Amino acid sequence: MDALLHQVLAGLATGGIYASLALALVMIYQATHLVNFAQGEMAMFTTYIGWSLIEAGMPYWAAFFLTVAFAFVLGVVIERVIIRPVEQAPVLAVVVVFIALLLILNSVTGWIYTYTIKTFPSPFPAQPLFGNRYLSSHELGAIGVTLVVLFLLYAFFRFTPLGLAMRAAAQNPESSRLVGIRVGWMLALGWGLAAAVGSVAGMMVAPIVYLDPNMMGGVLLYAFAAALVGGIDNPIGAVVGGFVVGVLENVLGAFVIGNELKLSVALVIIIGVLLVKPSGFFGRVQVTRV
Amino acid sequence: MSKRTLVIGIVLLAVVCTLPFIVSNYRTFQLTLVLVYAIALLGLNILTGYNGQISLGHGAFYALGAYCTAILMDHWGVPYWATIPVAGAVCLVVGFLFGLPALRLEGLYLALATFALGVAMPQLLKYHLLEKWTGGVQGIVIMKPSPPFGLPLNPDQWLYFFTLAIGAVMFILGYNLIRGRIGRALVAIRDQHIAAEAMGIHNALYKSLAFGVSAMFTGVAGALGAVAVQFVAPDSFNIFLSIVFLVGIVVGGLASIPGALYGALFIQFVPNIADEISKAAPWAIFGVFMIGFVYLMPTGVAGAVRLITSRRRA
Amino acid sequence: MKALLVGVIAATLSVPAIAQKKYDAGANDREIKIGNTNPYSGPASAYGQIGKAIAAYFKMVNDQGGINGRKIDFVSYDDSYSPPKTVEMARKLVEQDQVLFLFQTLGTPSNTAIHKYMNTMKVPQLNVATGATKWNDPQNFKWTMGWQPNYQTEGRIYAKHIMATKPNAKVAILYQNDDYGKDYLKGMEDGFGAQASKYIVAKASYEVTDPTVDSQIVQLQASGADTFFNITTPKFAAQAIRKAYDIGWKPVQYLNNVSISVGSVLTPAGLDKSVGLITAAYLKEPTDARWANDKGLEPFRAFMKKYMPDANIADNFNIYGYTVGSTLAAAIKQCGDDLTRENVMRQSANLKNLRLETLLPGITITTTPSDYAPIEAVQLQRFNGKQWELFGDVMTSQ
Repeated sequence: MDALLHQVLAGLATGGIYASLALALVMIYQATHLVNFAQGEMAMFTTYIGWSLIEAGMPYWAAFFLTVAFAFVLGVVIERVIIRPVEQAPVLAVVVVFIALLLILNSVTGWIYTYTIKTFPSPFPAQPLFGNRYLSSHELGAIGVTLVVLFLLYAFFRFTPLGLAMRAAAQNPESSRLVGIRVGWMLALGWGLAAAVGSVAGMMVAPIVYLDPNMMGGVLLYAFAAALVGGIDNPIGAVVGGFVVGVLENVLGAFVIGNELKLSVALVIIIGVLLVKPSGFFGRVQVTRV
Repeated sequence: MSKRTLVIGIVLLAVVCTLPFIVSNYRTFQLTLVLVYAIALLGLNILTGYNGQISLGHGAFYALGAYCTAILMDHWGVPYWATIPVAGAVCLVVGFLFGLPALRLEGLYLALATFALGVAMPQLLKYHLLEKWTGGVQGIVIMKPSPPFGLPLNPDQWLYFFTLAIGAVMFILGYNLIRGRIGRALVAIRDQHIAAEAMGIHNALYKSLAFGVSAMFTGVAGALGAVAVQFVAPDSFNIFLSIVFLVGIVVGGLASIPGALYGALFIQFVPNIADEISKAAPWAIFGVFMIGFVYLMPTGVAGAVRLITSRRRA
Repeated sequence: MKALLVGVIAATLSVPAIAQKKYDAGANDREIKIGNTNPYSGPASAYGQIGKAIAAYFKMVNDQGGINGRKIDFVSYDDSYSPPKTVEMARKLVEQDQVLFLFQTLGTPSNTAIHKYMNTMKVPQLNVATGATKWNDPQNFKWTMGWQPNYQTEGRIYAKHIMATKPNAKVAILYQNDDYGKDYLKGMEDGFGAQASKYIVAKASYEVTDPTVDSQIVQLQASGADTFFNITTPKFAAQAIRKAYDIGWKPVQYLNNVSISVGSVLTPAGLDKSVGLITAAYLKEPTDARWANDKGLEPFRAFMKKYMPDANIADNFNIYGYTVGSTLAAAIKQCGDDLTRENVMRQSANLKNLRLETLLPGITITTTPSDYAPIEAVQLQRFNGKQWELFGDVMTSQ
């Protein structure tokens, strides 16, 4: 029983990692209707920038917010410079550009920073809360931060005019232009916000898994799965999906099928869920008119 | 076919058949790999280019075909040429079966499911219960086939021609498929699937068939690849292979048969060029090349070629 | 008269011929071309550091005048740890670039893929960068040779140590699900022999693409084990060491040799959390305080400063590359002016007690035509919170 509880809690901790990256994926999807494969690498790269700032002596929170700002700018720049030229190209061509971005970011980071792991500090205390051995303070704190970001995003999209404009620009660019929305800038803003969310994810994840260029590679599949299974256009779904994926992965791996088949089981679960609910649990079912 | 196309075709055929005698064995080996990838990309193109179903996991079918060949040759001593149709048949069935649940999935969701397949494949190949067959992490070493009937060719040249012959068969098969009723049905499903169903096309059957046929092509490619490289191991078939296949068909040209060949040339040679340019960050250079190709030729190399030739004709 | 003539002829014939210069493809009076493949891209790209270290080492050798007056042209290609790519690059090196031999090609599957090819082409596949056992087979594969102590031997040494010091131990094992992890695992299982099922109570694997191994550590603790064999690469080793400590699990922990760096594994994990770790080592660890003033390491430190200023000296791969490069340099020097592939192989199989200062004291390199394992000795050491303390005797695989 104790072992099960421990696995579930550990699953929640890893689930928090998946949830935070899934949030960034949902963010970019809501703004552009595209899934950005390079989201993980962008998060990783901006985390390295944060690491450099801290190594140079900057206090944690200053470096944190500066990194988030840098990530925002990076996202906007990438959208304007790299994505804008291929906007009219077939969707798959844009996917290839994302893949290229992934390769470039991964390779360049490895070249600049080498592959030795680096420690990234945590703003949370080192001793576990309530003296428990299951979840460190940082893991709890990271989950908390993810939930705060989720709340902020949800409120932004639901209740602010800017959020509404962004959603409109993604869903129906033509009509949005007609009502005066600057679609181009909405897209850039979307990228910037997604990159910022990604950098927060990276800085929360790095203290747990250690900072190295391949940090986000493995997370991407699970975050992708979490986002889709929870509903790609629903940030709440993505976060719930992340936790569910994390717990299931741990529990199944530890007690049911063993670690050697974890990925295959993930595959089966993904297909199973999508068969039953093709738009994900919380996703909105797309109705297309003939 | 116009006279011009016929002449071009004959010249190309002549070049392709004499190449192994002009270039070194090593280059012949590389060209054999190009042919292998071209067959694999044609398979993926049937599914993704012509039928609109995105697959990020085709490396799994390539692996399946490769392991079929390796296991048949290693455990039961089946001659290499006999394993190719078996690999194709197995992948046809598995692809079709995978296509059935995939029917319910669209676009992104299908991409995720195939991505998961591509990620899970190496782990499955390493699974200890299957180790007796698959060789586990150590993989399986395959004997190099020698030319039959005492032909005056060395093994590399023979493999090249063998792959070329099978490639020709596959391409003709693909061409007939695409140009015929089935191909038109696939494209109809891709572009307007509701209208297609209304017109009497059995969407479910055709979509699953597309998966199966596409898997068959890629499986045959995998089998040929295994014979050429003479070794299979789980590390050869990771998710990066699936991603590279997707990049190949986009750069080569979606929904295009010659596009498969252009894409194969790209994925075989550009990483080597990138390596020559920068040892520190080879992937970054490869990524820059990818972006460059997509910017300059958003419809792929085949699309650009089509544009140039049609403009010339006008 | 006849006798005199015969005598003169006999005397002439017995004068030794002037030493001939003999070359195979890739070698001439001025340079020796050596080929290599390493993963410079892809998930295993951390290992690419070895290739970079070796390239820097040979640059230093060239700056110091080369070996026997010949410069080393080290040609290294990226294979992304993918065996088909390794085959292609190896063929390019042998058939197109015409290198004299391949050196330190990295990865077990990569080397397996070219094993038969190299031996058929009769080109040396020297000092492969893997710890697998199968490279020590001069009978069947006379052109292939390993270098580092193999993983199975290390696993066996740990097993024997457990049996000797803790006969009632309950052992849990965390291993990477690939050839490297499984080789270590086999070594330990073979070391326990018939009692393996009595000793090993839990095994958990992980993939290189997994984000963390926290779940596996929790599983292993739940098995009630009091001894832990940690078969992980640096990132995961740090995670495992820290997580075990954080959840209050304090087993006797054996750490595999790949991840023993104080600077890049133990410090991120937490030096206080690494107390008591046991490992078997053959190289000196440059960030270990014990060697801080070691004279033997001075050339290496100078090398790092001048030729690899941006690299991290704590990264084990650098001293590994330096040491294996030094081994090859010694073998080439021994070849003199006979730079045929046959002779390169012969001299590499003829190193007698070669002592390199980057190796732990008491460890030397020896090869013979029937023994293709250059380094077979390791020494156990225990981490005391600040540095690794050697204990026991130098052990050889016998």
